[in-house]
This record gives sequence, C-alpha cells and structure tokens, in this order.
Amino acid sequence: MEEQDKILHEVTSGEYKFGFVTNIETETIPKGLHEDVVRLISAKKEEPEWLLEFRLKAFRHWQTMTMPTWSHLDISEIDYQDIIYYAAPKQKKSLNSIDDVDPELKETFDKLGIPLDEQKVLAGVSGYAVDAVMDSVSVKTTFRDTLAEKGIIFCSFSEAVKDYPELVKQYMGSVVPYADNFFAALNSAVFGDGSFCYIPKGVRCPMELSTYFRINALNTGQFERTLIVADEGSYVSYLEGCTAPMRDENQLHAAIVEIIVMKDAEVKYSTVQNWYPGDKNGKGGVYNFVTKRGICKGDRAKLSWTQVETGSAITWKYPSTILKGDDSYGEFYSVALTNNHQQADTGTKMIHIGRNTKSRIVSKGISARFSNNSYRGLVKVLKGAVNARNFSQCDSLLLGDECGAHTFPYLEVENQTAAVEHEATTSKIGEDQLFYCNQRGLSTEDAVGLIVNGYAREVINKLPMEFAVEAQKLLQISLEGGVG
Amino acid sequence: MNLESSYVDLYMANMDLLREGVSDIINKHRSDAIESFNLLGIPTKKVEKYKYTNLAERFAEDFEKYFTPKHEAVDLPSLFTCDVPDFDTYKVYILNGFYYGDKKLLEENGVVFGSLAEASFKYLELFEKYYNTLADNQTEGVTALNTAFAQDGVFIYAPKSATLNKPIQIINFLLSEEDTFVQTRNLFVFEENSNVRVIICDHTLSAKRFLTNAVTEVYVAPEANIELVRMQNEHNLSTHVTSDYVQQNEKSVFISNTITLHGGMVRNNINVVLNGEYCENHTYGLFLSDKIQHVDNYANIDHAVPNCVSNELFKGVLDDKSTGAFNGGIMVRRDAQKTQAYQASNNLLLTGEARVYAKPQLEIYADDVKCSHGATVGQLDAEALFYMQSRGIGKRKAQLLQLYGFAYDVVQKVGIEALRESVAELVRKRLRGELARCENCSINCG
Repeated sequence: MEEQDKILHEVTSGEYKFGFVTNIETETIPKGLHEDVVRLISAKKEEPEWLLEFRLKAFRHWQTMTMPTWSHLDISEIDYQDIIYYAAPKQKKSLNSIDDVDPELKETFDKLGIPLDEQKVLAGVSGYAVDAVMDSVSVKTTFRDTLAEKGIIFCSFSEAVKDYPELVKQYMGSVVPYADNFFAALNSAVFGDGSFCYIPKGVRCPMELSTYFRINALNTGQFERTLIVADEGSYVSYLEGCTAPMRDENQLHAAIVEIIVMKDAEVKYSTVQNWYPGDKNGKGGVYNFVTKRGICKGDRAKLSWTQVETGSAITWKYPSTILKGDDSYGEFYSVALTNNHQQADTGTKMIHIGRNTKSRIVSKGISARFSNNSYRGLVKVLKGAVNARNFSQCDSLLLGDECGAHTFPYLEVENQTAAVEHEATTSKIGEDQLFYCNQRGLSTEDAVGLIVNGYAREVINKLPMEFAVEAQKLLQISLEGGVG
Repeated sequence: MNLESSYVDLYMANMDLLREGVSDIINKHRSDAIESFNLLGIPTKKVEKYKYTNLAERFAEDFEKYFTPKHEAVDLPSLFTCDVPDFDTYKVYILNGFYYGDKKLLEENGVVFGSLAEASFKYLELFEKYYNTLADNQTEGVTALNTAFAQDGVFIYAPKSATLNKPIQIINFLLSEEDTFVQTRNLFVFEENSNVRVIICDHTLSAKRFLTNAVTEVYVAPEANIELVRMQNEHNLSTHVTSDYVQQNEKSVFISNTITLHGGMVRNNINVVLNGEYCENHTYGLFLSDKIQHVDNYANIDHAVPNCVSNELFKGVLDDKSTGAFNGGIMVRRDAQKTQAYQASNNLLLTGEARVYAKPQLEIYADDVKCSHGATVGQLDAEALFYMQSRGIGKRKAQLLQLYGFAYDVVQKVGIEALRESVAELVRKRLRGELARCENCSINCG
C-alpha cells in the first residue's frame, strides 16, 4: 500500500514545461478598466465605429453585473482594475513572409512546438494551419493562401473585422450575446484578438485549422474571441491550444468561442488546454473562465466538442451546443485532470430544440492530490424537440484521499418522446485492477499509467492525430512518471 | 410589505398564543428561529435547492392561520375510512396540525407516542436532548419558520430494545371551512436496538386550499431498525412541504418511502446524516402526478463517516400538464472511506405537456468509495407495448401493465408486508384513475 502511495505521489508531481517567458518588447496600456480603456483598445486595433459601439454596450452592461458565485470553486477575489487589458508584442507592421516575424516570437512558438514556418510543416507528414495569438494580438496565420484557394477564410479576428465586416457583423454575438454572462460581457468589452474562420458551402477543409493562445506579458488578462462559421454542407476540424508562463499571481483568461453550423455541415472543435496550473502549493496559475457555445442552425448539422483540460489553476467552462436544426447532433467529450491545488468546474449544455436531435456526453474527470474536479452539465429538451435523445456518462477517478470529485447534472425534459439518460460513477483505481496488472509483470507505476490512459482513451481517440499524441503526452506530464 | 416581514409580524402578534400549551423547551427556540427566518425567507427559484419549485409564491397566498386548535364537531375516525383495508395499526390523528383525541399520549410495549405539545412537558430531558437539534434552521427558511411557529405534532419515543407489535399510523387530516395554513412538528426518537415502523398519511377532507409546512426530526440510535412510509394523498388545491431530518448512528438501518398519490404542489425534503459507521440507509420515493400537479423530491444523504451504505431510488409518472422534479444529493465527506452510495431517478412522461427536471448530484471527497448515480427520462416502451398487443392484451391494459411494473420497483421496497400489497393496489387504482382524491368528498376539485 505504501509503495502504491509513493508511486501515486510521483505520478502526480509533474512539472509544467511551458512556463518560460519570452523576452520581447511588449506594448501595454496602463492597468485598469473604464470606458476610456475600451475606447483605447478599439482605437489601437483601428476598429470601425460599430464594433466600438458593441464594446461599449457590453462594457456598460458588464458594469451592472456581479461575478457569479454558484460554481463549486474557491476563487480568490479578482481585482478587475489590477489587470492590463491590452498587451502586444512589438513587431513590424506588415507580415508578408515568415522572415518578417520577429525571430524571438518565432523561437517562442518553435519552443512550444507550433510551426509558424509553412515550409517546415510541409516537410512533415501532415500539416495544419495555425493562427498564433500572443497576448492581445495575432502574430501570424499560416497557410492563408492555400486555404483561400478553396474559398476558406482563416485569419485573425482583427483582420476579419477589416476585411469581412459583413460576416463578422452578422455572426458575432449571435450565439453568445454580450449580455450572456459576466465573463462574456467582459470579453465583449475588451477582447483583443482571436481567430475567424469561414468555410463556404460544400467545402471540406483540407487541413486542420488551429489557434494557439499564449499569454506572455506580465499582469495581463487574455480575452480573445473565436468565431467559426461553417456554411451548408461544409466540414472543418478546429484545434485550440494554449500555454502561459509560470507566474506567482493569477492571470485571467476569459475567452469567447462562437460556432455556427449550417445545414449538413460539421464542425469538430478540439481543445488541449494547458494554461499554467500554478505551483504545487496552489500559488499562481491561470483562471480559465471561458464561454464556448455553438449552434447547429440547420438540419443535420453536427458539432463535436472535445476537450482535454490539464492546465489552469481554475477551469470554469461549459462548451455548449444548441441543437436547433432537425436531426442535428451534438457531442461533448472531455477529460479534465486536476492535480495539486487545481480546481475545475466544467461540463456542457445540450439544448434540444429541433426534432430528432441527438446528443452524447462523455466526461472523464481525474482528480489527484488536493484538487477538486466537478462535472456540471445541462441537458434540456424543449417542447418541440420530438424524439430527442441524449446519453450522458460522467465518470470520476480519484487518485488520493485528499481530492474531491463531484457531479452536478441537470436534466430538464419538456417533451414526452424524449429519451434522456445520465449515468455516473466515482471510484479510485481498483486494487484488483492493479493486482491484475502486477501479476502480469507490470510495475504499479506502469499499471496506473495504463489504467488512466485506458480510462481517458474514449475521449483522446476523438482528437485529431497530432493532438491525440500531444494530449497523451500532457496527461503524462501532468501525471509525471506514470503514464506510458 | 414583503413576505418575510408579514410572517414576522404574524409571529409577533401571536407570540402569547404560540407559547401557550407547549413547554419552554419548544418556546426557547422560537426567537432565534424567527430571526433566522427573517434572513433566509421563503425560497424562490433563485435558491439552487428550490430551482424548480417556487415556494414563495404559495406562501404569499392568503391563508387563515390558527394558533388555537379549532376542533369542529367532527368524529374523525368515523369520517375517515382508510384506503388500505384490514390494516391494523396504532392510529394517531392530527387535525390541521393539532393532535386530535382525548388521550394525548399512548404507551405500548414501552413505546410512547402522541401529542408533541403534551410530551414537551412530560419528557423534558428528551426534548432538551433532541428537540431542534437536527433541524436546519440556518439555511432552510421553511424549517426556521416551522421552528418559530411549532405548536403540536407527533412525538414518538422508543426506549432501548423496544419493539412495537403494530406499526404506528399517523393520519394528518386537513379539514376546514377556510383556506388554511398548517405547520406540524414531529419528533421521533428511537433508542438503541429499537424496532419501529411508522406510516404517515396525509389527507384533505374539505375542498379548501391548504398549505402544510411540516418538519420531522428523526433520531436513530445505534442498531435501531426503523422504517418510515409516507402516503401523500391530498387534493390538487393543497401545497405540502415536508422537511425530514434524520440522523443515523452506528449500525442502524433506516428505510424511508415517500409515495405521492395526489397533491397540488408537493415538496419533500429528506436530509439524512449517516453519523455512525456501518449504517444502512434506503430512501425511496414514487410520485404519480396528473392535471397541473407539481411534485419535487429533494433527498440529501450525507456520509459523514466511513463504511456506510446508502441507496436512493425515486420514480415518477407524469401525466397531463404535471411537472416533477428530483433533487438528489450524495455527500461523501473526507475520510468517509469504503462508502457505497447509489442514487437513481427514473421518470416517465405520458403526455407532451408534462415536464420533468432531474438533478442527481454527487459530491465526493474520499477516494476509496463506490458511488454511482443515474437518471433517465423516457416514455413507455413502444416495443413492449407492441409485444403485448400482439398477444391480445388491449392497448390500455398493456400501458397499465408497464406502468405497474415501473412503479412496483419502489412499491416493493415497502418493508411492511401488509402495507406493501395495499400500496400496490392503491397505486394500481391510482393509475387506473379510480382512487378518490379525498375520501367522502363529493366535490371534484381536481
């Protein structure tokens, strides 16, 4: 038993590998949040009047709101006046080729394993296009031209505002209105950059699209927006990754992701979230309070969320799907691993509106050491959602006797033809399972790894290849020493 | 004037009446309780625990409130015939919240049962030790309200190793010419190794609106074996809130079964704390709702110590425009290792307008546990219907068969054998629509 505890301890005492700081000149604005800051951000980004109006409306609304307290999280008070709302790495104005990117920045992303150099990627086996965002600006979007040939728009949010204002105007805020919640309102007021993606009718995106978020500057918050529109019959697989330096204070990340899926289209959105989780004693780390929501607008639309959450001091998000079109389908696959003093309150919402809509939720929580991990989900079947079907499975694995695992599902059914099922289990790694592995010559350490890996496999398998590998590595790092 | 202060004023105005007829042990809790109530208020839907049931709305309605028992010239035992035939029990009658009968305290095999008010004088020590120790006046507004206004109800005391030869049947009657607000307070103390079954039946005898706010404290000593069955059968104009607070100690067994046959708005709060190792708790519930009824069951099982087992099962059949809710909670505290806790909620929707909300929650802080929960919402199985119909069973009969089967999962958990079959029959009658809403009432108030 003691040996097992020792191994579990080793397994759960991994170190964060992305905690370095890039020494780059950064343009920041003073700390604090008031209307002038909102105007300043808008001016810095040379935004049109309508966007400024949107920001100001959101800001004024935000001022009337208070931070919600219903979550199962212990959040130290956030001083919204003590945050820098805009930080941009200084670089040359226009980027025409990779050589124009600041070498320091390039190196940063190289170090993170994010290729900004298309040539290098092409030399590899498979490529994926990246929009790299550091602090409040997009550094570089790769493969834009290749994608443009197919009519796909993939660029930073700021560029989209300039180049495709009609599209942005039409869809921005249509899934997550600025008044949706406290953090959505904050984001709508001060968002920096983000990614915009539009897949035209009938186009199957030839490569994985991806956004990489990096917090670098000190005392800043990161507030980015992602807007994805998949027009009729199109397909895209979208990836999101994120890291931040190790710092003693908590940094706030409050993003918005909006996805619109039209008739017969399919969007796969995958996240490997690895913000800095804080040190072993719970000092520092990123507060990851994100609003992610998609709508299956047309018939037979499909939206699939996959998330691997290993980072952040506190993760608080519910990627949701509104199933509006008939026969539309929503999926949510999640692995949330909390270690040390991390906390997570995450899950999903599936809102069934259309007929014959289906949804599936698979959530795997792993808690270690002093962490707390909650699943919170809502399955709502509205009156008109004839033959709606949902299946939810939420399992929790406890590694240690000082952590917590909680499940808060909400089922709201207003249609008799609906079939909604929820099941959940909580347990630790079975001694019989370990014994079985030991008996067959596996060390306890390997056995723990094997079991955790198998436990998360159903979700990991949903990730695109490159990410699946990364996600497995991440689980490995987060549970250092055991997972193989 | 807001709702809270109207109740506080009511309390202030009737303080003397409230204090009459009960001992100071009950009275001394009143002022703290009303203060606490003033802060908490009646829960609205904004309170997470009451997300699906708006009690404030009902409590704001205009009800007559009596602080001296108003026993009209009625003979309850003759007026009422139990729906359960040939059922032999010790009967305790409560009329509009007050004990009814000449002999206030009965004693059988050492077990004392009867009026709470009367007992508060006679069993000072017991009241000192147990009264208002389990009830949560700090977070539950309706409980605090009850504590402030408590005047009577049922008291049961089973001494060490006492076994009762018949179940105790508490029959709550609501009979009034006016819309009436009723608050009952029960205290059950079961000493070591005692063995008692209690049935609580709720009936309305007049077609007036009633609001009942009942609080029951149950102390289960080590190795006691207790069963509590609630049969709720009130008409659709009534609102019934029950709050049970159960504390189980070492190696005790407590089974509760809440069966809601009729009722306008019903909210059952069941709070169990497993306070001693090797306890066993079974909490079951079944509700059959139609018209515009609303039934909300809240059950929270708190595993405070290791090695306990708990099992929750709640089922609901919802017809017409009725709504149902299930709020389940399992809390496994740090160090409550080797806990086994199961929780399930199954619901059947029979019409397009019925709605159901389920919220089965787990909160777990110990690792060596086996906990699971499940919730389903669905409809009658079309294939099973087809199967039966193809074998000559009429559609209606086939549907009923499925419903019986669905409900029987809970009914079969009733431990009192004589009652089990009768409950099954009542449920069958209820599903066929044959069960009287209230016995001897000619007005169809549904």
